[in-house]
Amino acid sequence: MASVPGNRFKQDERRRNADHVSFLKHRRYRWLWIAVLLCLATGLGYALIDQEPRPNGGSWYGYTLGTIGLGLIVWLSLLGIRKRKITAGNWSLKAWTSAHVYLGLALIVVGTLHTGFQIGWNVHTLAYFLMLLVIISGIYGVIVYATLPTTLSNNRNEMTRGEMLEALTAIDRQLESAAQPLGRQQSDLVIRALEQDVFYGGAWGRLTGTYPGCATNRALGGFPEVAGGVDGASERVRSLLVKRAEQLAQIRRQLRIRALLEIWLFIHIPATIALLAALFAHVVSVFYYW
Amino acid sequence: MSDLYEVAIIGSGPAGMSAAGQAAKRGMAHVLLEKTDHLSDTIYKYQAGKFVMATPSNLALRAGGYEEGVSAGMQFDEGTRENILGIWNQHCGVNDPTIPVVEGEIESWGVNVKLNAEVTKIEGDKGDFTITLKSGEVLKAKTIILAIGTQGNPNKLRCPGADHPMITSQLDDPADHYDKHITVVGTGDAGIENALGLAEPALGNTVTILNRGKDFAKAKQRNADWLTEADADGKLKIRYGTSPAEVRDGEMVLETETGEETIPCDLIIARIGSQPPRGFIESMGVEFTSADRSAFPVLSPVFETTKAGIFVIGALAGYPLIKHCMNQGFDVIEYLASGESPKPADEPLLEEVFADLPGNKSVDYWLDVYQKNVSIFGGLSTLQMRELMLDSTCKAFGPGEVIFRRNEQGSSLFAIASGSVAVEVDPNDPSITVPIGEGSIFGEVGLISGRRRGSTIRAAEDTIVVELSRKAALKLISSSPEANDAVTRISIERQILQMFGSGLTPADIAPLVESAETVQVPAGKVVIQEGDEDKDLFILRLGSMLVEKDIGGRQIFLSYLPAGSFFGEMAVIDGSKRTATVKASVKSEVIKLDGEMFNALLDTKPQLRSKMLEVMEGRRQTNDFIESQKGDVGGALELYTKTAKFLSEQGIGEATDALLIDEKLCIGCDNCERACADAHEGLSRLDREAGKSFAHLHVPTSCRHCEHPHCMADCPPNAIRRGADGEVSINAETCIGCGNCKSFCPYGVIRMDPVPPKKPSLLEWLFFGKGPGPGEASYSWRKKNGDPDLAKKAIKCDMCAGIDGGPACVRACPTGAAIRVSPDKFLTFAKITEDVE
Repeated sequence: MASVPGNRFKQDERRRNADHVSFLKHRRYRWLWIAVLLCLATGLGYALIDQEPRPNGGSWYGYTLGTIGLGLIVWLSLLGIRKRKITAGNWSLKAWTSAHVYLGLALIVVGTLHTGFQIGWNVHTLAYFLMLLVIISGIYGVIVYATLPTTLSNNRNEMTRGEMLEALTAIDRQLESAAQPLGRQQSDLVIRALEQDVFYGGAWGRLTGTYPGCATNRALGGFPEVAGGVDGASERVRSLLVKRAEQLAQIRRQLRIRALLEIWLFIHIPATIALLAALFAHVVSVFYYW
Repeated sequence: MSDLYEVAIIGSGPAGMSAAGQAAKRGMAHVLLEKTDHLSDTIYKYQAGKFVMATPSNLALRAGGYEEGVSAGMQFDEGTRENILGIWNQHCGVNDPTIPVVEGEIESWGVNVKLNAEVTKIEGDKGDFTITLKSGEVLKAKTIILAIGTQGNPNKLRCPGADHPMITSQLDDPADHYDKHITVVGTGDAGIENALGLAEPALGNTVTILNRGKDFAKAKQRNADWLTEADADGKLKIRYGTSPAEVRDGEMVLETETGEETIPCDLIIARIGSQPPRGFIESMGVEFTSADRSAFPVLSPVFETTKAGIFVIGALAGYPLIKHCMNQGFDVIEYLASGESPKPADEPLLEEVFADLPGNKSVDYWLDVYQKNVSIFGGLSTLQMRELMLDSTCKAFGPGEVIFRRNEQGSSLFAIASGSVAVEVDPNDPSITVPIGEGSIFGEVGLISGRRRGSTIRAAEDTIVVELSRKAALKLISSSPEANDAVTRISIERQILQMFGSGLTPADIAPLVESAETVQVPAGKVVIQEGDEDKDLFILRLGSMLVEKDIGGRQIFLSYLPAGSFFGEMAVIDGSKRTATVKASVKSEVIKLDGEMFNALLDTKPQLRSKMLEVMEGRRQTNDFIESQKGDVGGALELYTKTAKFLSEQGIGEATDALLIDEKLCIGCDNCERACADAHEGLSRLDREAGKSFAHLHVPTSCRHCEHPHCMADCPPNAIRRGADGEVSINAETCIGCGNCKSFCPYGVIRMDPVPPKKPSLLEWLFFGKGPGPGEASYSWRKKNGDPDLAKKAIKCDMCAGIDGGPACVRACPTGAAIRVSPDKFLTFAKITEDVE
């Protein structure tokens, strides 16, 4: 009956009152400011601290930058775990993503200053360029995350993936029965269109959205638009083929946007693993030859 | 002519059968009379294989050997129709070939059963009743127990041919009928369910359902929706404004709004209700509590009617549950045999209810205290009082102890049996309190609106209260007109006081309360029309309202009003025309106050006037701000209106906490779904992709935690509750997997699934590829690794109750696309048009 005031009301109410903003704007760009401060501080240190004989990863300031960089890289790579480990507690993946983006960008400054602008053919430089590769792929990721969702949503038009495929199946069923009265040549065109795998085209087709071998488009070529629609069956099949081509186009656009949203992860993640390995080698070798 | 029986029991349902069994054990000369050729007709007519529940689960089954010295008697436990009837047949020594014999040792009590014995007349007085059967046979008995229920007396069609053999009032199995022309009369739930079953396309039936009116007020919303959907799909035909005119061989004449029409017909299902056979009972000299159609006979605490020697038990006494019925049968026989009533079966339960109260007093003492002191219990009989208290919690509080707190979730009603409480009306200053005294009630606003508690209430002295669950309170209100009047009056008075505060006393507003009227408003109905000149003030006590204004020829959304707000004050105060249109976003209830009376009140209370002017000024500013947006080129105003409308169509208006996805941010990673599954033993309670979108705002298939949850409408084990944080959740322990909630939910957010097997840990998956990985495992994996014997249960969003940090779906969204909102905070211009990127 009477209960202790220990429920989640305040917390829930804060959530319901919270601003509704993207990961980039999170908490009025809190992590952007932190990242900018970090860059300014490290840059200022680099300029003002007299490093003998010259700026180098092996000076005390170089070690400091290296430690910050290593810490950041290891922490940034933990996002993959945070995302998948749904533990209790007051964390938000949006805040993590926000910090990941801005601190990741700050690494360009921290990492570059750590090198002291000394580039060579060795494992140290390898680690540096792997880091840049990870960051560049990440920048692509931020750009597509910020721009593509609207396109994805427009294209989806309230249909789920399953519904898009179902709609295609329904058109195919109609096509099959509508094509029965057709002659051999036109029938073959329809059959070929129906037999073609919806997902044909491979990774290239998916990313570029070009499907030169699309049997549906080819079939459409075999059904010229006749003014007045002389032949009933042929006209009906033609309109169904147009519908099929439109439905296919929606599915393909969906695949393309999803692919563009995900492709960078195929570089970002493996490069991160390689970076961690290279960093390990870099750190071990530095201390080995100390 | 036969011997004089000690007792004649009429009706062999659970109540009568239990009484007969007990009489047999007691060695009383008895006879059990049953109209049909089998026992327990109501249960017999259940669909084959139906699972029958044994509720209330905490009530002891008397007849099953509750007291020492009485050997185990009539058995009853939840089970299938066949199992239950099989056991009872064996108890009564009845051999019914349609019911399989139940294995195991079941005693026969030597009950004297007469089947096919319909009673047509009862005459005489206590000690010497004469019972005439339809067959002409005459029996004599000293006492009579009526246990005839209410089902055996279906209403007949009111037209010529009402006795035609093709008319039936029940349907065992729709699949028994195919390729027929079938007419269903009546659009209550039973009629609709029958019509839908018969209209299955595979059966090839042509089904017509007659609706005398235009709507389906008697049916559950879900059933009505299904029916209209089936009509739209051409599966059956609904005929509105139509009633039967005549039944003939092979055809039926319909009376439509445009004249008579004859349709082919092979079967008529008449589902137009049933009634206690009142005339028959009254002819014996038994009085009813009121003239109301649904009234029950007046009964003493031992179930004796106003006619000495005639007892009424079971559904006819107002107790539809099997356990109650069986206990009553036992109790009445014990009373007749021993001259004193055994302690009612609920005595130990009531002892528990009163256990926390001081002084170690008896159950009777407390029942008496509550009934005498609490005004709303005045009209209840002892039996009703006992039943009410069973569903309630009784507690004592010391001075200063908190009974409930502001913003706590709670929909129960409290009544003060002794002492008094203090209401902290000002959130900022707990020292400002208003007293509520002995005999009165509190908590009624939460009960009616479903919203959080409006203020903290503490005991002012040593206080004893009773807390009625929402269900018990609603039952009380519907069964006792006195209680209904009292609760309505008090709630109106309190709502006015709470809302307008400013030093008003109940005496000040008494005339206003007297003139107040509660009005039901269906969803979409306009309460105030812009430009009209009416001058009433409204208080929204249930549901929510949308305020719109005509700006440049377009209806522009101004604001959302949650339950507990008032509206219409502008026209009342400054005498202007209505400045905006207010309409219900969901089914609502408003209190209508007379505007002139309110103005008169304002004249005497300048403080109140200034407060009202303040509120008005605030609302005006909002309106002006929105109006100032009309020149906006980006169409923000239009977007705002359309979005608000869209969200309210998607049920956000009745939500308390709903998930939305901003598709300008959503990358489609489905991490919300995965997080949901991983936070809840492996099944996701949301479908991100499904659902409607508008202007890139997507309402996924996910629970809205409605103010008055549809899913709670009919949960047989009462397993759905609203928790402390406002979440509506299903208790997996007590859920029986019946699927009622799933069919009641208008938003399709409840799924039925067994608990999936445990997955290997995340690291095992990450490093060794073990298991299906994060998120909901595929159906095939669950099937392969799960326990095949686990039953399906209803599962839905519980707002991550008990999980520190709150809803996992929101926490796990990487871009900020997933948000959970409440309508009163989100349906504002600032939130909807917020620039998120």
